[in-house]
Amino acid sequence: MFKVKNIIPNDRTRKTWRGYLGAYLMILPAIIFLGVFVIYPMIHIVELSLYKGNGTNPYKQFVGLSNYRTIFFVKTDFLEALKNTAVYTVSIVVILMFMSLMFALWMFKDRKINKFAQTAFFTPHLVAAVSCAFIFSWLFSSDTYGLFNTILKIFGVAPVNWLGDTRTAMFCIIFMNTWKSIGYYALILMSALKAIPPEIYEAARLDNASSRKTFWKITLPMLSPQLFFMLITITIGSFKVFDSVRLMTGGGPGTSTQVISLYIYNYAFQRGNSLGIGAAAGVVLMLILIVVTMIDFRGFERRVHYQ
Amino acid sequence: MAGIEFIDVCKSFDKHMVIENLSLKIKDGKFTVLVGPSGCGKTTLLRMIAGIGPATSGQIIMDNKDITDVDPGKRDVAMVFQNYAIYPTMTVRENIEFGLKNNKVPKEERDRLINEVMEAVNMKEYLDRKPGTLSGGQRQRIALARAMVKKPKVFLMDEPLSNLDAKLRVQMRVELIEIHEKLKTTFVYVTHDQVEAMSMADVIVLMDKGRIQQEGSPEEIYHDPNNVFIAQFIGSPPMNILNTPKEDKLGFRPEKGIMSNTAMDLAFKRRGKVSTREMLGSETIYKVVMGEYSVMIKSQNDHFSIGDDVVVNAAAEDLYIFDANGARIRGKEGSALKRLLATAEELSDV
Repeated sequence: MFKVKNIIPNDRTRKTWRGYLGAYLMILPAIIFLGVFVIYPMIHIVELSLYKGNGTNPYKQFVGLSNYRTIFFVKTDFLEALKNTAVYTVSIVVILMFMSLMFALWMFKDRKINKFAQTAFFTPHLVAAVSCAFIFSWLFSSDTYGLFNTILKIFGVAPVNWLGDTRTAMFCIIFMNTWKSIGYYALILMSALKAIPPEIYEAARLDNASSRKTFWKITLPMLSPQLFFMLITITIGSFKVFDSVRLMTGGGPGTSTQVISLYIYNYAFQRGNSLGIGAAAGVVLMLILIVVTMIDFRGFERRVHYQ
Repeated sequence: MAGIEFIDVCKSFDKHMVIENLSLKIKDGKFTVLVGPSGCGKTTLLRMIAGIGPATSGQIIMDNKDITDVDPGKRDVAMVFQNYAIYPTMTVRENIEFGLKNNKVPKEERDRLINEVMEAVNMKEYLDRKPGTLSGGQRQRIALARAMVKKPKVFLMDEPLSNLDAKLRVQMRVELIEIHEKLKTTFVYVTHDQVEAMSMADVIVLMDKGRIQQEGSPEEIYHDPNNVFIAQFIGSPPMNILNTPKEDKLGFRPEKGIMSNTAMDLAFKRRGKVSTREMLGSETIYKVVMGEYSVMIKSQNDHFSIGDDVVVNAAAEDLYIFDANGARIRGKEGSALKRLLATAEELSDV
């Protein structure tokens, strides 16, 4: 009896310890990867934001919080970029979620034409962002060879300087990115729609539910995990939008399409001695993303129905 | 309460005809069970009553009204699905309330009705739970409560017990019978399980390949089957069927076969050897091999063992005669054949 009592805890501790070691060994590669490529840069960028310097000598001079003071209170271009990013993000989130839901509802039934439509809508997702930007630069070209202006000309409408007008430039970028992503998100929603058992809809019909009520009370809640996933990923993705803006407008005309990541890129790599300002903006972007994601979780997670 | 009548209904999926010119009357207030092997069209018929799988042609009458083109929600029927089809994102209360809300039942009335059915199914403390946290049996009760709360004229049930374990199934069977006794509403119940059909039905409608094979009380179906298919579908083990030299078939139920050491003074008798023995407690099932035939015998005697030489006997009144196509031959012609066949040399060797 005594022996047994003594042996069991010892044995268990050793086993647990060994078990833990094994488990940690298994996730070690992932932890190293995260540490090197995520955690370290995160700490490093905070450090950088406290210095004045450039690419070759990042730690030239310690300036404390001065870089933050500069971007918020001295210059106005950061706040401008923040505003543009917010406009872009809100528009993309609303338009992309609404349109991909519409497309998914339209295309999820098994019909031949839908199979074709699904492929057609998904293809842009496979094209490199750079190529898309070039294609749309041509489509939106202000010259007469631009497709949209050529069409307008047929109807006798004066050509529009799509990417060169402060009023239309942001719209063009939103349009292009919607076009590029809609197939991907519609596909996610479509697979979720197909997973809803048909009996649930039959039960709803027997319960005398109108189609509107069926949509709001059954379809939408059943899609909530996917919609929530979309909300988070689209929000984060659009806060970081870069390539399409860089290639289509370069932030212009003026500062009308200047977004945060472009701002960071310009200050960090394109100008002298302003790496710290870029880093400070990067820290602010990170904090904003953390806060927005937390708000998303707080506000919507309770409404998400996981099965 | 309402009776239902199918008039000349057909149903085809794509080009495949599942039901062809079927007519059937389902009696008001009765527990009717549609039974048959899978693909026989029983669920298709049920879905026609519900309105969620409309007939390709023909008419469906309920309560003397043509409901062929009436919306499912306006038919005054409730359905319990095989997989329960509970709305997974709603709580138990919301699930039950959904239909009432859609039918604009006032709040107080709704609360009263919900209380009533939840008491009836014994699930009151689960009202605010999500279906995901309930067991299969509890979900089954919720599905039942959701149907009952609407106080429909007709209850439709599509294999509602097939996802439950054996013990719970037997318990729910009894509960469903009690609910029917209490409500006295028309129940239409679909199953492929002949035991369920026999134990619950007032009226059994036995179907195969989109056709009604026989309609009647469990007793009628069991003791007076129309053909070989019914005789073998109902009853476990199925009826023993022996081919006769005249292409007619002779059958008797396993419990009507009497095993003995020496031949008895009965119409049918034949020597055989016991090849398997299943002791079930109150009875024992033997498989007896007799030349190229083998028969199953359900017996109160458990003292025969494997390898025993026995004689299988059956009385004339327990023999059934079927023609070459499997249709039953009744009456004088049947009795004459019975005597002829039972004593035919190929069958009787004692």
